[in-house]
Amino acid sequence: MAGGLRPQKARTPVEFFLQQLVNGVTLGGVYALVALGYTMVYGIIQLINFAHGEIYASGGYMGVILISWLFAHGFPPMVCLGAALILAMGYCALLAMALEKVAYKPLRQSSRLSVLLSALGMSIFLQNGLMLTQGVYDRAYPTEMVQGGFHVHGVIVSYMQCIIVGLTVLLLVLLNLLVYRTRIGKAMRATAQDKTMSALVGINSSRIISVTFAIGAGLAAAAGIMVGLYYGSVRYDMGFVPGIKAFSAAVLGGIGNITGAMLGGLLIGVIEVFAAGYISSEYKDVFAFIILIAVLYFMPTGIMGENVDDTRI
Amino acid sequence: MTIRASKLWLRYGLAMAWFFVLLWPLLGIKPEGLEFAVSFAIWIKVAVAAAILLALYQLNKAGAFGFLTRPAAAAGRVAVGAAARVPRWLVLSVVLAAAVSFPFFTERYAHDVAISVLVYIILGLGLNIVVGLAGLLDLGYIAFFGVGAYTYALLSVHFGVSFWLCLPISACFAAVAGCIIGYPTLRMRGDYLAIVTLGFGEIVRIVLNNWMSVTNGPNGILGIKSPGAYWWQGDTLEHIWLNNLEQLYFIILALAVFTVIAVYRLNHSRIGRAFEAVREDQTAAELMGVNTLGIKLLAYALGAVFGGLAGTFFAARMQFVSPESFTFIESAMVLSMVVLGGMGSIPGVILGAVVLIVLPELFRGFQLYRMFVFGGVMAMMMVFRPKGLWPAKRLGQRSEERG
Repeated sequence: MAGGLRPQKARTPVEFFLQQLVNGVTLGGVYALVALGYTMVYGIIQLINFAHGEIYASGGYMGVILISWLFAHGFPPMVCLGAALILAMGYCALLAMALEKVAYKPLRQSSRLSVLLSALGMSIFLQNGLMLTQGVYDRAYPTEMVQGGFHVHGVIVSYMQCIIVGLTVLLLVLLNLLVYRTRIGKAMRATAQDKTMSALVGINSSRIISVTFAIGAGLAAAAGIMVGLYYGSVRYDMGFVPGIKAFSAAVLGGIGNITGAMLGGLLIGVIEVFAAGYISSEYKDVFAFIILIAVLYFMPTGIMGENVDDTRI
Repeated sequence: MTIRASKLWLRYGLAMAWFFVLLWPLLGIKPEGLEFAVSFAIWIKVAVAAAILLALYQLNKAGAFGFLTRPAAAAGRVAVGAAARVPRWLVLSVVLAAAVSFPFFTERYAHDVAISVLVYIILGLGLNIVVGLAGLLDLGYIAFFGVGAYTYALLSVHFGVSFWLCLPISACFAAVAGCIIGYPTLRMRGDYLAIVTLGFGEIVRIVLNNWMSVTNGPNGILGIKSPGAYWWQGDTLEHIWLNNLEQLYFIILALAVFTVIAVYRLNHSRIGRAFEAVREDQTAAELMGVNTLGIKLLAYALGAVFGGLAGTFFAARMQFVSPESFTFIESAMVLSMVVLGGMGSIPGVILGAVVLIVLPELFRGFQLYRMFVFGGVMAMMMVFRPKGLWPAKRLGQRSEERG
């Protein structure tokens, strides 16, 4: 994956293990970012936002468009990356807010099944919209932008992986500050805990829901760009399977729990890479689903405990 | 109608406009440069269609079509009144006679379309038991279709088991698969079920794709036998293969009629009522003595049985199976039939299957737009007409509806 880097000699089992760990943490960071969107939305309106995977894919596409354009006009790589990241995150945040207004808000009083179906419909709609206009083939990222890496005790760490992990950590820290240190974060936590009571103390729940969608979508867009850079391409249906895996991560961490989603994402990423490395790479997608089912069966509240106002039946 | 006041309408319209304005650039910019022409061509179609529909709807509400709708409504009332007097067996037998005589007046292409409509009717009715009656969202339903198809494919290719024997065997396998999937998942909160079934559907597809020694992976299985039968050839009774489209049409028609009768009887049985009770309020149902876990499992297994039957026929008709036929999009397609037609309603699901298969065939040029439109329609249906085109009649009322 990392352009041009090959191991210099045969790897020892320890090196192989460490290499898998590095790759797993990179992937896990991406899953964590997507999982946060699921967990925050579920925490507030108890909806599995199926369209979240498509927002992530849109982020990836927006990234490839912006980065290619900026790179072709001779901007330095870091400027391209930064500008594309900020613009794509902003764009996806707006898109998710509009999506919420169109497909979920009118259904606030309807049954859960209706909202779920509406979410599914929007997911199919967006995915096929992307296919129709951007084509069915992979779109390549200009990966020549960030190349190279370094060896640490026989483990290859590419600069791209460093950027991904660094960026993930930065975003997670920012999110934590937002949720636990600001007024809007306090309002979000209050709405997640008890919608009626928080409305009684003057919190505009409809605005909070919008903000939650926007934040989740921004994180997903960042994840989409990073995955595009990591694998070198994006595809219209790239959001489907990672979406399920990220949701598994959110459930594994305890749905509605922000720290849980981060931890769950990391775990799912590491487990997937190890399963692919040690067991079978054909079946790597199966492991995330098996974890999801096992967690729901044996530990339905996840490892960190769930945080959901389950007053709406 | 979820949205009542006109102010809300305005807001909704604004949100919609905002949504589309946002979508447009994403779908229009290509890495090579700006390429608005393609996406503009698509969006203009969507916008025009939406605008015309909205205008028609508003005009209709304002009474602009009074000169048309009033006589039409009167005629409709007369027709409904007359229809109510026509006994139902007569209506049903006319429909059945039309279905039976269909292949004699049409060509090969129409047979082909009719066969896929009937396959999807069986699938839709099977899923309808799970989603419409028991209220459990199943996004991996096509897995049972796959289980049925592969069961027949493997038994036919390796052991030469006949189609007719395989129908019940596949149904049993699918039911067992339904129970295996259902047992660990049905205790969960309703909406977790959706994502878990989605995961299971994917697992089945991935396994079919990678288990080379048994399923031959993505290459699929070739050489599946058509249904066989004994028929008079002159004076002697001989074994023949029913492999032309007309014969296959009659087989699937028989299966579909069987499915309709079975689902109808189920709907009006004690079990059907239990399904609806669980759907409406699980706690209350449990209080009334319904074994909710058992009932949900039964709904799941019964839904899977019809999926398995349809799958067996599918394998026999194509004489070839491959994992490509069992993707999530197919599940979504069956689900949109159920949702579009009306959850829980048998004529609704049939209507949904006919509409969703025949319309794309009529508008061949729009083939690519099929799932795009379905997705949008599914979301819009939930907002504007959650009960579907042909809503199911509900038994009884909830206390808050009695007002």
